[in-house]
Amino acid sequence: MDIVVCLKQTFDTEATISLDNEGKISGDGVKLIVNPYDECALEEALRLQEKHGGTVTIVSVGDERTQDALRSGLAMGADKAVLIRKDNLEEVDGWVTANLLAKALSSLPYHLVLTGRIAVDDGNAQVAARLAEALGIPFVDSITNLNIEGDQALAVYEGEGGAVKARVQLPAVFSAQKGLNEPRYPVMAGILKAKKKPLDVLEASELCTNSDDLRAKLQHVAYILPPERKVGRVLSGTPEEAVSELARALREDEKII
Amino acid sequence: MSNDIWIYVDQDRSKIRNVSLELLSKVSELLATSGAPLSAVLLGRDVEPLVPVVASYGADWVYLVNDDTLEQYAVDREVSLLAQLIEQHQPAALLFGNTIKARALAPRLAQYLGLGLASDCVDITIGAEGSLLFKRPLYAGKIFEQVTSSVHPVLATVRLNSFVVGEPDTDRPFSVVRPTVTLAPPDLRVVVQEVVDRISKRPELEEADIIVSGGRGMGGAENFHLLEELADALGGVAVGASRAAVDSGWREQEYQIGQTGKAVSPTLYIACGISGAIQHLAGVNTSRIIVAINQDPKAAIVSIADYAIIGNLFEIIPQLIQEFKKLTSDN
Repeated sequence: MDIVVCLKQTFDTEATISLDNEGKISGDGVKLIVNPYDECALEEALRLQEKHGGTVTIVSVGDERTQDALRSGLAMGADKAVLIRKDNLEEVDGWVTANLLAKALSSLPYHLVLTGRIAVDDGNAQVAARLAEALGIPFVDSITNLNIEGDQALAVYEGEGGAVKARVQLPAVFSAQKGLNEPRYPVMAGILKAKKKPLDVLEASELCTNSDDLRAKLQHVAYILPPERKVGRVLSGTPEEAVSELARALREDEKII
Repeated sequence: MSNDIWIYVDQDRSKIRNVSLELLSKVSELLATSGAPLSAVLLGRDVEPLVPVVASYGADWVYLVNDDTLEQYAVDREVSLLAQLIEQHQPAALLFGNTIKARALAPRLAQYLGLGLASDCVDITIGAEGSLLFKRPLYAGKIFEQVTSSVHPVLATVRLNSFVVGEPDTDRPFSVVRPTVTLAPPDLRVVVQEVVDRISKRPELEEADIIVSGGRGMGGAENFHLLEELADALGGVAVGASRAAVDSGWREQEYQIGQTGKAVSPTLYIACGISGAIQHLAGVNTSRIIVAINQDPKAAIVSIADYAIIGNLFEIIPQLIQEFKKLTSDN
């Protein structure tokens, strides 16, 4: 059972977002983490490996700093890491990322591809589905349970109106919902071992030679700060008074209830 | 390429999802001045009766594939159908509601045709040269970006509850197109074995008009019945939770609101005992009215709330329940 986990390095979810002098999102002083959903994906891969054997390879599209995220994935227990450097590309969208990952996967063994259902930075939630399409294999979104039986997987995922249990022919791409598992923390022995594990660095433009595959289809126009919320009212008085004023305001002023 | 904008009609057993009507209403309003055509794409079994409905909400054209074999939805067949329609008619854009269905469908279609996809948009405007500009959240709403696409058609998914559904006009003229398509057999590589219906009959968080939500201040799972009662007093609205409440095991993961849960845009969000961590605020800041019930006047949620009541929520919530019950029984 060979598994590839696609993971992304993101800002810590604690980070506040501000723009720098050039109008770009400032990374100053921001702690970088492995996207929390991708951590769940890696944890699931490691548990499947413990049960069924095989290899776990982690792949990321990023830059030099992304090596830290990959090292921490190796410390959790992955066998091998591949970094695809995108520094020289002007714009990268879901199209470009999926093409790069698909190309990298074409020379890796896999029965299963796992990744997070969404990245907490760009919130695009499209690379997993795009990758499945590029590889021509099934995609199952937002799984909360996964079991392997021979060349098939039994997955539970969030469907419209309820949990869906499905039998999936492998190879396939699965995206992890939180709650799938509780990711482990790397232990010291793992961190030491991680330093000796292979981490290949590939250049995006060398990996993918078709220029259209590397040309983003979406263009960034502007950043917009979140709307300022108008100054609110703290309702004073006894609890009875405050509650009755709230109900009145919601009905008469806001016309909600 | 035409300047035609297409709306994918998300329907299940002949019931149209509200977000599709929101999109039709919004885009027909956007196109009112330019006069560019708006189309609805309707695929399924027994969907013919939905044609006048989507037209009444603004579709000038309805692309209809009504076929018995489409009873069981299959994502790969939907990709193939939409790809055929796009190749035949070359629209400028195809817009989806950001539903579970679209989250798997839209990116696959985008990849298949080599198109851009703007996900989870909260606003659509028309730029100087008539191009569509999409506003979408980054970092779960800590900041937003505007994107456009030089490649046509552009695909987008739009967050539920972002737009108001207009009044239907049953006198609007419309035309129906019945395209010739090849229906591929469904992919047998994914076979659904069982669907476990959610026991809760409450609306989905992302679609809910009103959400009451609890955090660490609720004190324990045993106190969430207060929120259930509050939600019932408001007519059976949705109940959510903060990450602190979910991590404590008081609520299931699927009810978590915030950067590692769901982003919501209700008309009314009532946060009970939620301090307002930055990840939580990001997920609720597109709500129209935020009410905070909290004992700490300095809590971050209080600073962004439209209305705040400071005090003991175990005193305040029961009174709110009584008050809302009174109001709703007056209706």
